[in-house]
Amino acid sequence: MASRPELQAPPEIFYNDDEARKYTSSSRIIDIQAKLSERALELLALPDDGVPRLLLDIGCGSGLSGETLTDNGHQWIGLDISQSMLDIALEREAEGDLILGDMGQGLGLRPGVIDGAISISAVQWLCNADKSSHEPRIRLKAFFGSLYRCLARGARAVLQVYPENLAQRELILGFAMRAGFSGGVVVDYPHSTKKRKEYLVLTCGPPSLSSATPKGKGEDGESGSDEDSSDDEENQSVSVSDRHRPRKKQKLNKKVKGREWVLRKKEQMRRKGNAVPLDTKYTARKRKARF
Amino acid sequence: MRLLTHNMLSSNIKGVTNGFPLRIEVEKVVEKEVDLNMDFLRNMFAKIEWKALVEASRTMGYSELPDDAESSMLDSDEFLRKFHHALLELHLEEGALVCPETGRKFPVNKGIPNMLLHEDEV
Repeated sequence: MASRPELQAPPEIFYNDDEARKYTSSSRIIDIQAKLSERALELLALPDDGVPRLLLDIGCGSGLSGETLTDNGHQWIGLDISQSMLDIALEREAEGDLILGDMGQGLGLRPGVIDGAISISAVQWLCNADKSSHEPRIRLKAFFGSLYRCLARGARAVLQVYPENLAQRELILGFAMRAGFSGGVVVDYPHSTKKRKEYLVLTCGPPSLSSATPKGKGEDGESGSDEDSSDDEENQSVSVSDRHRPRKKQKLNKKVKGREWVLRKKEQMRRKGNAVPLDTKYTARKRKARF
Repeated sequence: MRLLTHNMLSSNIKGVTNGFPLRIEVEKVVEKEVDLNMDFLRNMFAKIEWKALVEASRTMGYSELPDDAESSMLDSDEFLRKFHHALLELHLEEGALVCPETGRKFPVNKGIPNMLLHEDEV
């Protein structure tokens, strides 16, 4: 079972040529990515007037999510840190513009120009410190700050994330709120371990009626059937990092001092003139198990 | 990279107060035809820094754009076509973007600008 890619290597190294090719040649991953980005676009709730918007795809990778945006007629700019993934995106003739950049360094876009942002399975990478100069908190702050600035007022950002644990989710959400976003987490299929997907739905500006967080899919009753293998390869394994397993009971392997040692000591005490019990067959004998 | 993206990008280096517009150094320009969508252009017009777009399109060898533009000009088909061509059809394939304040070069390879910063620039 593959463990989380975040735990294996930094993104620009993990998604090398091989991994990028693998990622994009798997029809299952393509299918999942398409579904995720479709849902993200739905949550973005752009006005339904047929006008193409300028969207941002953060962690666009090989442009799988961008394809969904193109299919819906939007223009997009994609940002990714992995050159290999972007090369594949070029091969796939992604329609949007691609930028090689690190979201943790801030986005470097003019203020108020972007109509909406999506990000599929990328933001949790920010919680890792892959270089000595990386400080997750500073990187999260830079990311959300610059995202907030570049979005038009009232625009939304939908970030699909795989937080490793509760603390990570709170960390990410906390920095989003501190940057000025309102919104929250939408969880699709919360009752299913495999189908469960989390989206951070953030709105630029103070909370209002329009920025109410939409409901997740399959929240009530609707069973997220697990036969539908719509889990992401990235997350097939259950994370064990925050599980507190009791340590194996260590065997107390103390050196037990034997009968000889006891006899010697008793002899010593006798020579000193102390009152010492007689040596018998019981001396230094082990007690029975149930004493 | 299209000029649409160029018009949105600004230099992100620490301490730079005005990193826009990035100067373009051209090595190779390609043109790709894209369907014209008036709604998108009208929507984008308000967000475009016109001067930067005109300057960028001139460095790319397209000098049809007028120096000044107003939203009333959006009714003219001819203007829209030029705007469309400059914004979406001109691609900077090889070259560099240069930060106007520090002169730092961001290379553009295969149409992808490398905006990664060094550790001391963050």
